[in-house]
Amino acid sequence: MKRTKNNLIFVMLMSSIILFVYLYLTVNTRGHFAFAFRLRSQRIIPFFLVGFSSTVATIVFQTMTQNVILTPNIIGLDSLYILLQTVVFFFFGLNHILVTNHHVNFIVSLLLMIGGSMGLFWLFFKKYPGKIYLMLMTGLILGTFFSSFTNFLQVLIDPNDFESLFARTIASFNRVDVTLVTISLVITIPILFYLFKQSATLDILHLGRAYALSLGIQVDQYFLKLFILVSVLTAVSTALVGPVSFLGFIGANISYRLFKTYRHSILFLGGSLISVFFILSGQMLVEHVFKLQTTLGVIIQFAGGIYFLIILLKERTN
Amino acid sequence: MMEVENLTKSYGETIVVDNVSLSIEKGKLTACIGPNGAGKSTLLEMISRLISQDTGQIYIDGNEVKTWKRGEFAKRLSVLKQTNQMNVRLTVRELVSFGRFPYTKGRLNAHCHEVIDNSLNYLGLIDLQKRYIDTLSGGQLQRALIAMVLCQDTDYILLDEPLNNLDMSFGVQMMSTLRRLVDELGKTVITVVHDINFAASYADNIIAMKDGKLFASGSTDDMITKSVLDDLYGMDVEIIESKGTKYCLYYT
Amino acid sequence: MSSTKRKTPVVIYSSLMLLLIGISVVSLFTGVQDISIRDIFQLTEVQKLVLVTTRIPRTISLILAGSTLAVSGLLMQQLTQNKFVSPTTAGTMASARLGIVVAMIYFSHTTLSQKTGVAFLFSLLGTFVFTLFIRTVKNKKAVMIPLVGLMFGNIVNSLSTYLAVQYEIVQNASSWMQGNFALISSNNYQLLFLSVPLFLIIYLLAHYFTIMGLGKDVSTELGIPYALLELIGITVVSLATSAIILTVGSIPFVGIVIPNLVSLSKGDHFGKILFPTAFFGALFLLFSDILSRTLIFPYEIPISLIIGVVGSVLFLFLLLRGESQ
Repeated sequence: MKRTKNNLIFVMLMSSIILFVYLYLTVNTRGHFAFAFRLRSQRIIPFFLVGFSSTVATIVFQTMTQNVILTPNIIGLDSLYILLQTVVFFFFGLNHILVTNHHVNFIVSLLLMIGGSMGLFWLFFKKYPGKIYLMLMTGLILGTFFSSFTNFLQVLIDPNDFESLFARTIASFNRVDVTLVTISLVITIPILFYLFKQSATLDILHLGRAYALSLGIQVDQYFLKLFILVSVLTAVSTALVGPVSFLGFIGANISYRLFKTYRHSILFLGGSLISVFFILSGQMLVEHVFKLQTTLGVIIQFAGGIYFLIILLKERTN
Repeated sequence: MMEVENLTKSYGETIVVDNVSLSIEKGKLTACIGPNGAGKSTLLEMISRLISQDTGQIYIDGNEVKTWKRGEFAKRLSVLKQTNQMNVRLTVRELVSFGRFPYTKGRLNAHCHEVIDNSLNYLGLIDLQKRYIDTLSGGQLQRALIAMVLCQDTDYILLDEPLNNLDMSFGVQMMSTLRRLVDELGKTVITVVHDINFAASYADNIIAMKDGKLFASGSTDDMITKSVLDDLYGMDVEIIESKGTKYCLYYT
Repeated sequence: MSSTKRKTPVVIYSSLMLLLIGISVVSLFTGVQDISIRDIFQLTEVQKLVLVTTRIPRTISLILAGSTLAVSGLLMQQLTQNKFVSPTTAGTMASARLGIVVAMIYFSHTTLSQKTGVAFLFSLLGTFVFTLFIRTVKNKKAVMIPLVGLMFGNIVNSLSTYLAVQYEIVQNASSWMQGNFALISSNNYQLLFLSVPLFLIIYLLAHYFTIMGLGKDVSTELGIPYALLELIGITVVSLATSAIILTVGSIPFVGIVIPNLVSLSKGDHFGKILFPTAFFGALFLLFSDILSRTLIFPYEIPISLIIGVVGSVLFLFLLLRGESQ
């Protein structure tokens, strides 16, 4: 019963994605079909890349923390990214290589985010093994601190420059640099593949630390490994398109409700497809309804925020 | 045969388990008793490698347990903790099938299904196998967890206060299940119990802990005596015998 | 025996009072316009003006804001029985912020008190949503509550950002929200006096709040109208937070760090630590503000940044300290 129902959902998801990809590529090309097709088809891969990375990262993270409302960005990766962009902007100005060269910016952002989170993980797994919430709390506090520093700098920036800085701190697929997609794929695909392979082990984590240990999982080392992988996935998405924490949150939570299963293999695929679907439809809204007056990041934040509140209230009634 | 040598664990200044050495007979039901805060659970957690000891060694069948990989260890010894809430929607059968993880890493084969069926059967859970665990009563969930542990197919089974939150009849049911695991399947069961009468009626051997130290250990017959229990609990315990079993009266 | 017991607090309190007065005096005489304490009886017109229109209002606002924030935090911790809940970690600040953004967009020509009204409604609503939620998780995972609360705050903030982006007031809104006492003057800080009656209410109900710290069951058993008092408590906290955020902007961490540090040495009896908490809250803000005025003299660093640094260090200290025990 359940299996056939889930298969049906998968078929529906896949076919709507195929339909939306087709629509995305062909609708409203204003006579320049070849041009529009070339431009738009370049974005399809980033859609999938970001959809899969952020959703898989969120699901793994939520299993580890046994909490369906947290996202990996809670450790402050978003804030660190925004702070970096602001600092570069503030101290080096518009024409610095870190602003103008996407490759350099991408690599520096990526290294900073991965390095920062690894530092946090090492510290806590060395000094306070098994105290995950403590680590999350520390990350969160650091994130809050980064934000207040960002805020401080942003107020001082010339209002004319501010517009272009702000655009960089909100997720958008409109400015994805296609040449960065290959390197992002090289990083994320092996990680995604590995996590899919680990589905059965991840299932066991639902039973809690004691049983996972008793069933032969080296919980502490395993968690460290997972945290690192999750932060790399999140960092790649963030460096590529900007902060998209809510995307994974939406994909993960809808998949829990839709598939009603604990199995990570199903949740990973289902949740990621939901996110991809969300990106596709959101991007079409951005391009055709809002005429590029807004970005996908804003839509994701808005929709995600409202969905979060709904879940928070629902959690209560359950 | 399990041997524990000079096991010590402390948290900050407090020594929770203090230089404990003991041995546990194979194929027997051993109960671990003692007042609150005696270090029983901590000892159990160290033996089952849920936490690591500060000093000391644990040997199972002559091998230091630390030399085993965790995955291998999980095929030798399983542990049942006090049921902490699990907020995941699993059916009983799915929960029990997790016990096969050390062998198959999640890909169940025909043999696994056979073992799962047997365990469910053994604990009378066949009718409940499709139920979600969050709809079970405390006693049923406890049984489901035992079935999972049984599925893990280990020689040694450790339980941390399995009688908590169970009423008398479920308590009796649980202890006789453990007895059957020993008598029929040849398992070695070590369990922490609070009620000494359950230990007196069902255990082969008893380990008594007090203030982090091993207070006494031996066969149930030797241990359930006025002199041992009076000192252990610091109160006046009266022992009466009925139909060949000793009972402790400690209400005054 | 009992006489020495009574004597010690008197000595401590009076010396602490002296400290507060001392640091207030320092605060009064710190700033770009040079006013020395020796000139006190022969002030020039300019000095008089500066003192009356900015220095005194600033020092008073620091004392009021500091004590109110700290007490609000303490009260929220009492009501939720969770040490790490405060206006920052329960979405109160963020919701008030959203209220301000909404007020700036839709009621741009209204007065400050009307803006407070909107901010208050939002913060009340936000705090309620969160407390409703907290009640169900209370026993399950107390440690996760502040995490979820901060997350909740981030989300409400992102709604504010969304609105601010749409109406192009991001930078404007950011500068509103940045905690800063530099712009306080004699004609824009009166709203903070709202905290005086609020503090009085808390003081009068302190006895009840003390017992409510033991949880709903115990309180109900002892005949306390728990729901009503919880409502009063949340309302008071929301009002006070809105007043502060509108007057000086958002100031993080004070509501967590101060009550926790105070209870480390004085225990958890609400009635007994109410005044020390208010007192140290005021002291902490006064001190941070002096730092913010002197570190890059003659310029100022916003106090929210100073407190961001000091507060996060102290907060981490509290967390890790609790862990190593």
